[in-house]
Amino acid sequence: MKVLVPVKRVVDYNVKVRVKSDGSGVETSNVRMSMNPFDEIAVEAAVRLKESGAVTEIVAVSAGNAGCQDTLRTALAMGADRGMLIETETELQPLAVAKLLKAVCDMEQPRVVLCGKQATDDDANQTGQMLAALLDWPQATCASQIVLSSDTATVVREIDGGLETVEIDLPGVVTADLRLNEPRYVTLPNLMKAKKKPIDVILAATLEVDIAPRLATLWVAEPPARPAGVKLNNVAELVAHLRNAGVIA
Amino acid sequence: MNVLLLAEHDNAALNEATANTLAAACLIGSHIDVLVVGNECRPVAEKAARLAGVSHVLLVEASHLADGLPENIAAQLVAMAAGYTHILAPATSTGKSVMPRVAAALDVAQISEIIAVESPDTFTRPIYAGNALLTVKSSDPVKVMTVRATAFPAVGEDGCAPIESVAAVADRGRSRVVSRDLTRSGRPELASADTIVSGGRGLASRENFHAVLEPLADRLGAALGATRAAVDAGFVANDLQIGQTGKIVAPQLYIAVGLSGAIQHLAGMKDSLIIVAINKDAEAPIFQVADFGLVGDLFELVPALTKALD
Ligand SMILES: Cc1cc2nc3c(=O)[nH]c(=O)nc-3n(C[C@H](O)[C@H](O)[C@H](O)COP(=O)(O)OP(=O)(O)OC[C@H]3O[C@@H](n4cnc5c(N)ncnc54)[C@H](O)[C@@H]3O)c2cc1C
Ligand SMILES: Nc1ncnc2c1ncn2[C@@H]1O[C@H](COP(=O)(O)O)[C@@H](O)[C@H]1O
Repeated sequence: MKVLVPVKRVVDYNVKVRVKSDGSGVETSNVRMSMNPFDEIAVEAAVRLKESGAVTEIVAVSAGNAGCQDTLRTALAMGADRGMLIETETELQPLAVAKLLKAVCDMEQPRVVLCGKQATDDDANQTGQMLAALLDWPQATCASQIVLSSDTATVVREIDGGLETVEIDLPGVVTADLRLNEPRYVTLPNLMKAKKKPIDVILAATLEVDIAPRLATLWVAEPPARPAGVKLNNVAELVAHLRNAGVIA
Repeated sequence: MNVLLLAEHDNAALNEATANTLAAACLIGSHIDVLVVGNECRPVAEKAARLAGVSHVLLVEASHLADGLPENIAAQLVAMAAGYTHILAPATSTGKSVMPRVAAALDVAQISEIIAVESPDTFTRPIYAGNALLTVKSSDPVKVMTVRATAFPAVGEDGCAPIESVAAVADRGRSRVVSRDLTRSGRPELASADTIVSGGRGLASRENFHAVLEPLADRLGAALGATRAAVDAGFVANDLQIGQTGKIVAPQLYIAVGLSGAIQHLAGMKDSLIIVAINKDAEAPIFQVADFGLVGDLFELVPALTKALD
């Protein structure tokens, strides 16, 4: 069974981003970039499924500028078999990514697309569901466990009230949540080996889909800062302050 | 402006986030239809009809709509979308899985977790775990959005909208709910609690988490919350996780115990009215957002606080 894993290159989650002074966006030049953490989890899940024999081929796909090659190399070093870069300099919003991925699915015919549930830069949580809609496939989002058979995926999902187990027919889209697994570290030897694995570069324009942004950024602002608080000396002081503020009886 | 709002419910009760989402809808336009999709869920429609500002409640009942499967709910919304300028849902698990499908089927963008309505086509939402606020203008003919409940105070209940039944779309039939394992507790719901006592890795074990935090939560009538580290370590269930990838909360009082205050956690709670931090590390980042801090051992301070409240 072939699995497609879309991986996004994002500002590393440890970086505290700064809003540009002209309000046009956040500063992304000269900051550390990494694979979106949820996509690492998705790659890890795919690799484990391959190790268990349920999956035969893993194709990692990234859409964006040439820098996404690094992200694909990481996926290959973790165990993906080959990479595809859908190259464009256009700002990609989730609908555009979903359309590009649909075009890739039409070519590659995977049985499962395993996305991250959310990219930590736009915090959109949309692309997997949009792709499923465009393909008219079922979906199982926020997976914390995945079992594949030849025709179905049984997925434990993290939902507001607890956990839900769904079964979807394949082909389908599954998105990875945090507790699905702990991704392996990429070792230097594996990174070297990954250099031999192929990465196809496809210009987004050749896929003939409309990727123009639908949402115009008017401005990006810092969230209002909380006023500085105080450290108190003891519990009695705390209780007095909380009573004074009217938040405890 | 014609707004269609997807109600959140479990066929028995209307989720409170619906009333918050309605508040956002009222800022967009004055014609607002609330869609209740489910099975044997008329009581939910009746409750929705009492929310202030609703024009019509549209009720769709069918057995294949009972479980809220996103394929079916999205198909229902798409079938009913004509004539609406905005389609809204609360940013709950259901809203997040359904609305992107609706948007893609209509070939429009989806705007996630809006926290402000600047105008009927311009909205603000957090990005980068809340470290930046993005304001976007949509040029799409229909705006499909999810709404962060904590950003909009719920509307009142003095309405009396008519309820109309609408035919169900056919079952998509390619997904099934096998089981649900929902956490039940006697405590208030995290999303709507006035007070939250939240614990992190510092609690060190499942036993401690409950032994130390529950008496305080009991005394305050509070909900319990947790960090990802606490959930991953098995101290509590996943539905208590607060943060960028967990629940978003904004109670009157948030008591953060033995948690460091990682940006991903702050993303879920920094709009709380008053934040208290109890941590043995005076440099922990949680103190930068806390109104009141106590530096010291939680195993002494929390029981002392519980006692001081008696
Ligand atoms: C993509 C992504 C998404 C994430 N999403 C979330 C999310 O939604 N929510 C979330 O919470 N995290 C999230 N995280 C994880 C986050 O980055 C942190 O790892 C996590 O919040 C840390 O949890 P903690 O504060 O409990 O643990 P720690 O950072 O280990 O902090 C424990 C604290 O306890 C204190 N302590 C220890 N013992 C005592 C004692 N006896 N008395 C008093 N204080 C004590 C320590 O001083 C320390 O400050 C995410 C991470 C990633 C990569
Ligand atoms: N530019 C991209 N290239 C490849 N995959 C992407 C891209 N953008 C989003 N994705 C995938 O879609 C998931 C959800 O992203 P988002 O909808 O932006 O939160 C990510 O975790 C990735 O798996």
